Amino acid sequence: MSPFRYARAADVSDAVRQAQAAGSRFLGGGTNLVDLMRETVERPTALVDVTGMPADIGESADGGLVIGAAARNTAVAEHPLIRTRYPMLSRAIVAGASAQIRNMATVGGNLLQRTRCAYFYDNGGSRCNKRQPGEGCDAIDGFNRYHAILGASPSCVAVHPSDMCVALAALDAAVNVESVHGARSLPFAELHRLPGDLPQIDTCLEPGELITALVLPPLPIARHSTYRKVRDRSSYAFALISVAAALDVQDGIITDVRLALGGVAHKPWRAHEAEALIRGKPPEPAVFLAAADAELSAAQPLPGNRFKIELARRTIAAVLSELAGEQA
Amino acid sequence: MSIAKDAKQAAQGAMQGMMAKAVALAPDSWVPGGKPDPLIQHRHGHVGQPVSRIDGPLKVTGNARFAAEFSFEGMVYGALSYATIARGRVTALDTAEAEAAPGVVAVMTHLNAPRLNPPPVFMSAAKAAGGDDLPVMQDDRVHWNGQPIAVVLAETQEQADHAASLVRATYAQEPPITSFAQAMAQGTAPGLFMGQPLHNASGDAEAALAAAEVRIDRTYRTPRHNHNAIELHAATVAWDGDTLRIHDASQLVAHTAWSIARMFGIEENQVVVTSPFVGGGFGGKCLWQHQIIAAAAAKLAGRPVRLVLSREGVYRLVGGRSLTEQRVALGANREGQLAALIHTGTTAKTRHNVLPEPFIMPTRSAYAAENLLLDVQTVELDMLANTFMRAPGESVGTFALESAMDELAEALGMDPIELRLRNEPEKDPLSGLPFSSRHLSESWRAGAERFGWHLRSPRPAAHRDGEWLVGMGCATGTYPYYRMPGGAARITLTDEGRAAVDIAAHEMGMGTATAQTQVAAERLGLPLDAVAFNYGDSTLPGVVLAGGSQQTASIGASVIAAHRALVRELLRIAGNDSPLAGLGPDEVAGRDGGLCKHDAPDRQESYASILRRAGQKSLTVEARPPDPLETMHWSMHSHAAMFCEVRVNAVTGEPRISRFLGSFDCGRILNPKTAASQFRGGIIMGMGLALMEETQFDERSGRVMNPSLSEYHVPVHMDVPEIDVIWNDIADPHTPMGARGIGEIGITGTAAAIANAVYNATGKRVRDLPITLDKLL
Repeated sequence: MSPFRYARAADVSDAVRQAQAAGSRFLGGGTNLVDLMRETVERPTALVDVTGMPADIGESADGGLVIGAAARNTAVAEHPLIRTRYPMLSRAIVAGASAQIRNMATVGGNLLQRTRCAYFYDNGGSRCNKRQPGEGCDAIDGFNRYHAILGASPSCVAVHPSDMCVALAALDAAVNVESVHGARSLPFAELHRLPGDLPQIDTCLEPGELITALVLPPLPIARHSTYRKVRDRSSYAFALISVAAALDVQDGIITDVRLALGGVAHKPWRAHEAEALIRGKPPEPAVFLAAADAELSAAQPLPGNRFKIELARRTIAAVLSELAGEQA
Repeated sequence: MSIAKDAKQAAQGAMQGMMAKAVALAPDSWVPGGKPDPLIQHRHGHVGQPVSRIDGPLKVTGNARFAAEFSFEGMVYGALSYATIARGRVTALDTAEAEAAPGVVAVMTHLNAPRLNPPPVFMSAAKAAGGDDLPVMQDDRVHWNGQPIAVVLAETQEQADHAASLVRATYAQEPPITSFAQAMAQGTAPGLFMGQPLHNASGDAEAALAAAEVRIDRTYRTPRHNHNAIELHAATVAWDGDTLRIHDASQLVAHTAWSIARMFGIEENQVVVTSPFVGGGFGGKCLWQHQIIAAAAAKLAGRPVRLVLSREGVYRLVGGRSLTEQRVALGANREGQLAALIHTGTTAKTRHNVLPEPFIMPTRSAYAAENLLLDVQTVELDMLANTFMRAPGESVGTFALESAMDELAEALGMDPIELRLRNEPEKDPLSGLPFSSRHLSESWRAGAERFGWHLRSPRPAAHRDGEWLVGMGCATGTYPYYRMPGGAARITLTDEGRAAVDIAAHEMGMGTATAQTQVAAERLGLPLDAVAFNYGDSTLPGVVLAGGSQQTASIGASVIAAHRALVRELLRIAGNDSPLAGLGPDEVAGRDGGLCKHDAPDRQESYASILRRAGQKSLTVEARPPDPLETMHWSMHSHAAMFCEVRVNAVTGEPRISRFLGSFDCGRILNPKTAASQFRGGIIMGMGLALMEETQFDERSGRVMNPSLSEYHVPVHMDVPEIDVIWNDIADPHTPMGARGIGEIGITGTAAAIANAVYNATGKRVRDLPITLDKLL
């Protein structure tokens, strides 16, 4: 780990002011950033500790929820309104990490997790365009079991590792951000980006912007939602495939659906194409499988993760069938 | 390996071969263990009691000090930089930035390291401990991706870690051989293990296979594995003049002291290695570069050094289990009697070590097949030297052998337990030696009843519970009894009736200190709290490797020898005024704090009385046991019947173990509490072997890509169901205490039992480990 300065921000305006210094980074729970600093993948010269920023979870005027970015993952997962109105979010967080890590990790930090690609972590020993733009990608012909099947590029096949973000993608959440230039809100779908030829850039945040809150819209369908994570051991493993889904069935017809996938792309993957094919149809496995096939038709697997297409297809159908069964 | 070494190994092998024939034919009474250890008859004493760990309170209160917790005045902290190529030379090393970093005391590289002899590679001499024989930081050669090229010493660990990241190396790369397939294509060489060829043949197995009514001929693959003991490897070292003090985490303190002395060109007694507690060994806590680098750097800097490997460091410096590709071919008649058993294949090693993963070991004595062909071939890669890892050979060998037995049972339409019972041998199928104690059939019957084996459907994929396919499988586990030469023990008895047993043995969490205190107390006839068992110090008697599950036997035989010397001396000084007068060592036993006549317990005198009358405050004796000829006279093996119930998700393929039972035939159990933990721990490691463990060795670069507990998967709590363990407690009449070591057998057979259960659940036969969900979709 390289030496760095550390300061605790008093409030949001103090945080964004301090973050103007070159080489500075915001520090939440540190469950990812500190690891990357230990591996010398990240070498910030200053850390601005934002764990003292607002961490409240409260109802907004429109009936949605606003979650302060410094809220700990555990607080979000255990919140009664989240458990009843957005169960997929609660389940995604619980599936996401050990209790110790959830107790440390903040919501804002979770959104900005970086990929767990082994070649990204191996500073000095392997090539990675995300870590060192232009040097090449050792994952494409290397170990890529955990890597992307959708939306990847010749320069990067990494996946976004968060479970929580998969649920947020399905929930049409929004993210409030602030910098010395002012505050803005952006749709969650526009927070993360695909790698293209700039894999070193994970998000659409401007330099110095701080995530201050996460906004969940009122979404009645989310009461009938869940999250399923498929992984190589029962706990403490990243998703091979995960599915966040909500389903509303009225009189034998699917009136609305939300579907997002994890473990498949450089960003949490909202399955719009599949959703469109499901709406208005009866809740039958064949419908779900056809929708999954359509969503996955663009998949470009790597030698190590070809199985993910079939796994995603089956998991999507199983999760949607389970939700449909609960409403039968 | 050089030709000279090959010749030496071959000569040793030939000698051993001749010796073995003579010992096999000798009368029982000439052979160690020919007369049963009298302790076997003690059924109601300390031995066999579930005594809690005597070091338990120290450990749970944090007062047990491990290698990285000792410190010296003026100590500095070390951190390593590793090579990033698999083969070539370091052409430039820029250490200026590291040297200028805050707190840095010294940077050692091959350019300024003290001159050292190469490490004596394991098995090249009685006390050789080196994982390989490569020079340590002596030249610019790079032999594997991850080899240490520099060590930074600094005032704090954080300063050392940072400065180590600033060392810049430039390399001249040479084309490495890092691909198993590429190496295989260039040809293989016969494997040698302990000086003996890994090759056995009797009859004509290929012809018998071709003629068999029912045949199975399959290839099984197992990947590389890395050691992941919870305690990181560490050494805290200091020089006092020409004497070197090492606080190590070690399973071979005497070997390490001798080997390091050789490297530094000093006397063996100038190196003192202690290791009172070890946080897991499994074959990995031996002599690797970190102890040597720490000692050399301490010499260079003139300061004591603590060098703790990071978890990545353990992957870069400490060898693990090599990969294997195994063929198992079985030929049987319709009744399931084996006519042909072929177990051959290839494993990878390096040019600089001597341990091909000996996967045919479990097959040698497994089944009564008339025609056997066993063979291990090797290829040499540019990689970190592989090494022992819990049941080297048996762990992955039983996966192949016992999966094939399950496949044969399927082909015969026979219950897999019945198939095994029908092939249970009367004597060792290769050597013809009698078994010292083999009760595997009883273990099968007891296990089957307890597990509810009759509930298993012989038809695969027949049992579904919601999304989950449920199946049962079984397999035989086996591990040999070993006892290595070199044991010795010292016993000191005081006139207060207290005893100390001193032996350079090891406590790595198995419960050795506890069980051996029980044994010594029983042998001496003393209460537990009157006996101190001192170990983990190279200055104590004995060369006792805590490996090969042989430490129990090695300590046991050493203490028997020392005890006999003690009794002889006690009888001598007791003289004619003692109730024991006239009795010989074979006529007395330890009881109630003294000696008594076996069959007349009232002829007794306490140790205190004997010593006081002789005017001695204490009495000390030291003795060595006879060489371990018993393994040339009997075929000595432990066995286990392993049972698994697995659930495989029909949607996702996720395999999860729901029940497990191990039914053991391991001789007498000295302490059921610590033994159960050993059995369960081995089984859990076998679960990892079956379902998840795999070192991601990038064959392009020779680099390990998952050097962390996050990415290298071992079972987490949720992966491990309650594990039932039972044992028959039948004493082996030819071993000390009637016991056989139990540290490794738990991992054997387990992977096959799981793979066979997966087949029973799904109808899918997975022959390459680990059994990950993608193989079951």
